[in-house]
Amino acid sequence: MSKLSVDHLLGIKYLKNEDINLIFDTADHFKKVINRPIKKVPSLRDITIANLFFENSTRTKLSFELAQKRLSADVINFSSGQSSLNKGETLIDTVNNILSMKVDMVVMRHPNAGAAKFLSNHVDAKIINAGDGTHEHPTQALLDSFSIREKFGEVKGKKVVIVGDILHSRVALSNIFALQIQGAEVMVCGPKSLIPKHIDKLGIKVETNLLNALKWCDVANMLRVQNERMDISYFPSTREYALQYCVTKNLLDSLNKDITIMHPGPINRGVEITSEVADSSQSIILNQVENGVAIRMAVIYLLASKI
Amino acid sequence: MSQKVLLNYKEVNIILHRLACQLIEKHTDFSSTVLIGLQPRGIFLAQRLKLILIHDYNIPNIQLGLLDITFYRDDFRRSDKLHEANSTEIDFLIENKHVVFIDDVLYTGRSIRSALTAIQSFGRPAGIELLTLIDRRFSRHLPIQPDYRGRQVDAINDEKVLVNWKETNGEDVVYLVNN
Repeated sequence: MSKLSVDHLLGIKYLKNEDINLIFDTADHFKKVINRPIKKVPSLRDITIANLFFENSTRTKLSFELAQKRLSADVINFSSGQSSLNKGETLIDTVNNILSMKVDMVVMRHPNAGAAKFLSNHVDAKIINAGDGTHEHPTQALLDSFSIREKFGEVKGKKVVIVGDILHSRVALSNIFALQIQGAEVMVCGPKSLIPKHIDKLGIKVETNLLNALKWCDVANMLRVQNERMDISYFPSTREYALQYCVTKNLLDSLNKDITIMHPGPINRGVEITSEVADSSQSIILNQVENGVAIRMAVIYLLASKI
Repeated sequence: MSQKVLLNYKEVNIILHRLACQLIEKHTDFSSTVLIGLQPRGIFLAQRLKLILIHDYNIPNIQLGLLDITFYRDDFRRSDKLHEANSTEIDFLIENKHVVFIDDVLYTGRSIRSALTAIQSFGRPAGIELLTLIDRRFSRHLPIQPDYRGRQVDAINDEKVLVNWKETNGEDVVYLVNN
């Protein structure tokens, strides 16, 4: 069996289709493992992993930590709020101090784009990017594609629209790369102010009307409006955004087909999607969460095989 | 590279029937016994034994599961090769059951050690036995011995025992290959 072509998971743009297939095939096995009475394998019992979260996270951090524990790795956690970063320590110093405790792998979330790449150039450990600013969030894109593959059998040829705050979303960019590598058609949809200029140069469709987008797609991946990243007002009010871009049951019923609804979480119910839609049979949001653990187990396992 | 036949198809067939009879002698109607074929190569032997028990010895309710040990191996990160995982298919409870591991060749014993760890994910069996077609007796790294063996072979480490099955290789033959 071949190994991954990369030594770190810094972004989807560094991966090949074969890498994604290898991760998915491995995740298939781990998904079975985590549904057994004993959900643990001993593969990584001699590996130590540091989770460095320089930005808030709930589900990604929990998902990574659970994946690491299911693989029997030793885990240390760090969040910037309680750290010496507040005392003026640089990122490299912080990480090197942690690495001198014999850490083999670092999972890092950081507010600056390129932080994971920067780290991989300066420290001797496998790096997994758990989100770097508005750049990439590769494991989220992998679990999204994995969930589409699980639902439809394959990603190739599927029409996927990513709706919402594309401008501030690392999930959007990673998803665009992942879906394109696998041969899916991609569209982004949202208010013009939240769609980056020239994004069509990536070879994707751009739509500002939600109904048109939903009529076109097989899958709608609804992104959260990232108020915390907005320095100015990108739309008049949350209410007006919801009126134009919230997927409701009525809207779905008006289509002549069943489309699949995804959301990376956390959901603002009534803003991106209504509760009815989030909890409907068309939603695979909770499958995404379960698949997140399996995908992260696969990524960690495959990178650990290169240590 | 040279190879010689260790067991031809007639000998394989006789051994399979003997092993089936030995299993019946111990487990009678298999009401509290399950067979577990170890992936990837042990599953052919396990499936063959199941068919013999059903058709030739009229024991209808044989429970057979397949166990993959990839994530339980002790050589992860210790070789250049990444072992490909296979499916585990155990759709019954093994709690308090008598489990019989089935593999084609017992060599170092490390696969069996991994299997002993892996099977614990499915419950606590009453006991575990090991059935193997070929027992390479002078090559063990761990204190593991088979309860049922087809043929004991004194192969040296440069030699490889190759078990071919009709289902995958078109013939039931066991070769000793000299590298």
